[in-house]
Amino acid sequence: MKSANIENKTELLIALAGNPNCGKSTLFNELTGARQHVSNYPGITVEKKEGITEYNGVSLKIIDLPGTYSLTAYSIEELVARNFIVEEKPDCVINIADATNLERHLYLTVQLLELGAPVILVLNMMDLAQKQGIKININKLSKRLGIPVVPMVARTGQGKEKLLKTIIKFCSETSKHNTSMIPISYGPDIDPVLDKMEQIIKQNNFMTDLYPARWIALKYLEEDQQIIEKGDKTNKEISSSLKQFSKELENHLTITLDTYPEAIIADHRYGFISAVLKKDVIHYSAKDNAKELTDAIDKVVTNRFVGPIIMVAILYTVYEFTFKYSEKPVEWFELFFSFIGAKVESILPAGPLQSLIVNGIIDGVGAVLGFVPIIVFMFFAIAFLEDTGYLARVAYMLDRIFRTFGLHGNSVMAFIISGGIAGGCAVPGVMATRTLRSSKERIATILTVPFMNCGAKLPVYAVIIAAFFPAHHAKVMLILTLLAWLIALTMAWILRLTLLQGPPTPFLLELPTYRLPTFKGLMIHTWERTWQYIKKAGTIILAISVLLWAMMTFPGLPREQQKYFKEKETLIVSTLGKNQEEIKKQLEQINKEKKLAIFYNSYASRLGRAMSRVTRYCGFEWKTNVALLGGFAAKEVIISTMGTAYSLSDKTGANIPLSERLSKDPNWNYVTAWAFLVFVMLYSPCFATVACIIKETGQYKWGIFSIIFNTAVAFCFATLIYQGSKFVGLL
Amino acid sequence: MIIPMRLMKEHQKGIIRRVRATGELGRRIRDLGLTPGTPIEVQGRAPLRDPVAIKVRHFRLTLRNNEADYIDVEVEDNGS
Ligand SMILES: Nc1nc2c(ncn2[C@@H]2O[C@H](COP(=O)(O)OP(=O)(O)O)[C@@H](O)[C@H]2O)c(=O)[nH]1
Ligand SMILES: [Mg+2]
Repeated sequence: MKSANIENKTELLIALAGNPNCGKSTLFNELTGARQHVSNYPGITVEKKEGITEYNGVSLKIIDLPGTYSLTAYSIEELVARNFIVEEKPDCVINIADATNLERHLYLTVQLLELGAPVILVLNMMDLAQKQGIKININKLSKRLGIPVVPMVARTGQGKEKLLKTIIKFCSETSKHNTSMIPISYGPDIDPVLDKMEQIIKQNNFMTDLYPARWIALKYLEEDQQIIEKGDKTNKEISSSLKQFSKELENHLTITLDTYPEAIIADHRYGFISAVLKKDVIHYSAKDNAKELTDAIDKVVTNRFVGPIIMVAILYTVYEFTFKYSEKPVEWFELFFSFIGAKVESILPAGPLQSLIVNGIIDGVGAVLGFVPIIVFMFFAIAFLEDTGYLARVAYMLDRIFRTFGLHGNSVMAFIISGGIAGGCAVPGVMATRTLRSSKERIATILTVPFMNCGAKLPVYAVIIAAFFPAHHAKVMLILTLLAWLIALTMAWILRLTLLQGPPTPFLLELPTYRLPTFKGLMIHTWERTWQYIKKAGTIILAISVLLWAMMTFPGLPREQQKYFKEKETLIVSTLGKNQEEIKKQLEQINKEKKLAIFYNSYASRLGRAMSRVTRYCGFEWKTNVALLGGFAAKEVIISTMGTAYSLSDKTGANIPLSERLSKDPNWNYVTAWAFLVFVMLYSPCFATVACIIKETGQYKWGIFSIIFNTAVAFCFATLIYQGSKFVGLL
Repeated sequence: MIIPMRLMKEHQKGIIRRVRATGELGRRIRDLGLTPGTPIEVQGRAPLRDPVAIKVRHFRLTLRNNEADYIDVEVEDNGS
């Protein structure tokens, strides 16, 4: 193994490893404070967090590895953690374990030791352990494991000094670490085979530059895909002879014990842990208050009858909380951006540059940043539910339903946030799928949550309902909510049977002990996610805002129209002479007309008219199409664009509300209204959501897919409604 | 008496005797500490009777009934 010498090393590389929920993030924040940086591992969506701290003049670079239960090659998180340790060779790996649940948490420790990593074990949550009457003999534990053990309360920072001191001391010891560890015995069936394999590996230097020999042998027995593939590439011959050993052992075990190597290896790991945690090392008190409290709470909140009611109440509260408290900040954001827009408008001369900055960049970025308050509140609420442990109970209660549609208990939250109760937002919804581990179920969730009725669709519904179903507002909303759920779940089911085929991933989920989270921890969680949204979504969004602006602005006016407006302007100035006030007013009027004319001549409007060849099947005319195009920027834009388009083509120039206009329009009736409502509900997600889909899946293809697929679904349903009604004679 | 975990009643205790799952499911089951010889207790079932929540090695976890099918548990024979 490696040895680190502090004297000639300017920076120590430290990795944090641990099970989900062990307090890894808390410790990371405690160690690094604000000096941290979040990115993604190249090509995948696993977060990579790194931070810097200093102790006694030594600078420590700390990497927060993904939380994992194990170090196999089954999940991307585990691979990331394992590869980091092997490839980057950190000077030390801090393994955080929950002292109240040591038996299971040491399973990862054992695997880190097998890998030959230089491990320091942190026993976190010592405060809880104490409360629960768990007594741990730190020295004995350290001796038995052959590694330093540091007790801590990450939440208060207690034990941090000691940890830092231990790290420095540990890293400066030039002796080889981990040789003192007694190799774990995997029993009389496996040990002799391991010995033989180890010998072959050592003799041939088979991948020994990367991994310990015994570990390679172990992975061959566990049929670890990554290692076997690598082995095949390194030396086909040795690899197949190792596979032969594995095969023989497997046959032998199947015949004699009716089991297989992987299972026996795991049994012995737990056996080793039990041996380490004998009575003289850990002592549990007979009474365990925290866990009893958790049991008592669970009895109520997961009860067959009361549980679902409480769940609905809690989710509804999250909702109310988010949308009530984000309402004002959203308004402030809007005011702020219109203020900036007005300021720029007054500074820059009218023209394409002003229009680009005001209507393209400021409006576009404003529309996206307008989501920020919603995201902040929503993530705060989710972080709260997640950190207390309640979210796992929601997954537990609803898994049965979601599984029917090829989804997972953990999909629930994403659907609800996106507008499962009308009024959510798909942006935080898509981001909330991070609790889903399997990529297929996760992508199916990501692709179907935009069907939910987000807050931006509501004003569109309101206008249509006011025009065609004024007496049935609540009823129509209820139908739309149920329809969204029905279609979203059905589409998820179809996707899982076709493009995202695959068996369900194991559900197997820990139901953590209930804990009261800290405000600081919640704020850090919230801020991290919000900042990522602003940063990543920001770049794509800027580009698309500019594109949409260009489509609505260019190619500008044809020559004769330009001449017409010029003449009119000169006419006004010359006839009204001194009346400055009146001139200004009339010029403004002309300017408005000119803008509308530009819009009418724009590519967007031309596209809208071209599209009506298709959309007439669902009863939409070109003005609706243009509005729907604009809705790609943000769904509420549909209303303003429709307002513009309809008032533009009204020759009388009367100033009447859009809903009234629509109710009088001969092209509109209650069937078109339904087709339109359903289309708006289902068609392409707004580009902020598309940007998030791309970011969360790590692939452009799913973003583009969601635009096309959702629009196709919307078109089918709208056409079905329109043509169906025509067919049965409703029209 | 050895029965699959699915058939266990609420609050029934037992000791895991065998885990028949292989592949990813088998691995996940083992990672969470459900290995032969481990005592468990069924805590309850979700409102729709699936998944099941159990207590094992000082913590709680939940798994689907069709996952519990792979786990054989020795329970006290209570004559039923
Ligand atoms: N009582 C107590 N709670 C802690 C301690 N460390 C972390 N927590 C809490 O445990 C929960 C999970 O912590 P977190 O750092 O998010 O875990 P992670 O999943 O490993 O990143 C949070 O609610 C923390 O506030 C501790 O030492 N004592
Ligand atoms: Mg964390």
